[in-house]
Amino acid sequence: MSSKSSAAANGQALWAKVPKANAELFALTYGALVMEVVSDSDGNVDEINEQLEKIGYSIGIRSVDEFLAKSNSPYCKNLEETANVLGKTAFKMFLGINCDVQIYNPPTSFSLILHDNPLSLFVELPDNYKDTLQYTILYCGVIRGALEMLNYKVECTLIKSTLRGDDVDEIKVDLKNILQDGAGEDYQEE
Amino acid sequence: MAANPVLLFLIVGKNEPLYEAEITKRGISGNTDTSVARQSYFVVHSSLDLVDRATWSSQNMYLKVVDKVNQQYVSTFLTAGNIKFLLLHSGKSEDTIKIFFQEVHELYVQLSMNPFYRYDTPITSKEFDKRVRNVARRLV
Repeated sequence: MSSKSSAAANGQALWAKVPKANAELFALTYGALVMEVVSDSDGNVDEINEQLEKIGYSIGIRSVDEFLAKSNSPYCKNLEETANVLGKTAFKMFLGINCDVQIYNPPTSFSLILHDNPLSLFVELPDNYKDTLQYTILYCGVIRGALEMLNYKVECTLIKSTLRGDDVDEIKVDLKNILQDGAGEDYQEE
Repeated sequence: MAANPVLLFLIVGKNEPLYEAEITKRGISGNTDTSVARQSYFVVHSSLDLVDRATWSSQNMYLKVVDKVNQQYVSTFLTAGNIKFLLLHSGKSEDTIKIFFQEVHELYVQLSMNPFYRYDTPITSKEFDKRVRNVARRLV
């Protein structure tokens, strides 16, 4: 069995086990959080994006341990396997969604393509934020935080978003370097 | 004056109108006589007192026709949050209007779930406008 389909099967099994939350409640909670950040930043879009990414980062460094403890995922030998575990198992376990994983060549970056985005339910960005606010940048922070705990230093960008009129959400992950020991210096400050 | 082909749909909040749409028959849109339009707005807004009176007369959100001026009727729907939907028409069947209001109500609920929309503020969403017009066009 390929790593891709076993990762997906594992994700399915984990999703069946974890406690569920109502999707609307989840979306509204995140919406309220975003609005809080928006009002705290006086509408400074860069600051909003940065804050949301940071929130995601904190979630990421916490949830990676939970994920590894529960998932029993096999040891990943290369970034492609990591990408599959992340996209097929982790996203399924935490969000219940299926996403496609696309590996680029050379294999130092990959894309996660989300056909269904639970965070952006009901959301319609007003014109003044449409092109600048990255509403679901939380994912980027989560991925960055989680992979950083595993010694991968990555950079995440949202390159497609349904809120801007694309037909899918796409998160691109670029591997910058592999850390030698422990977590990054960001983590020490936390 | 012939029966006015224009439907006028308004959403009114606590203090101010939140949304307005004039829906004309396809093909003759843009041909609205401004004095007629102005009169329509006048009729709808002046029915607001009657809406307040009708509010407690029924348990339903749909208050049916609350006002009638010449050949024009004002039907009303009241949401649970006390937002008023008013539709000016020239005698459509109650059921058609009820369906229209229900569909618009659904759109309104969807809109109010959007974190960027604050309760009782003017509705600027283009998407909402488009959807309401689509629903309304079936009525004309």
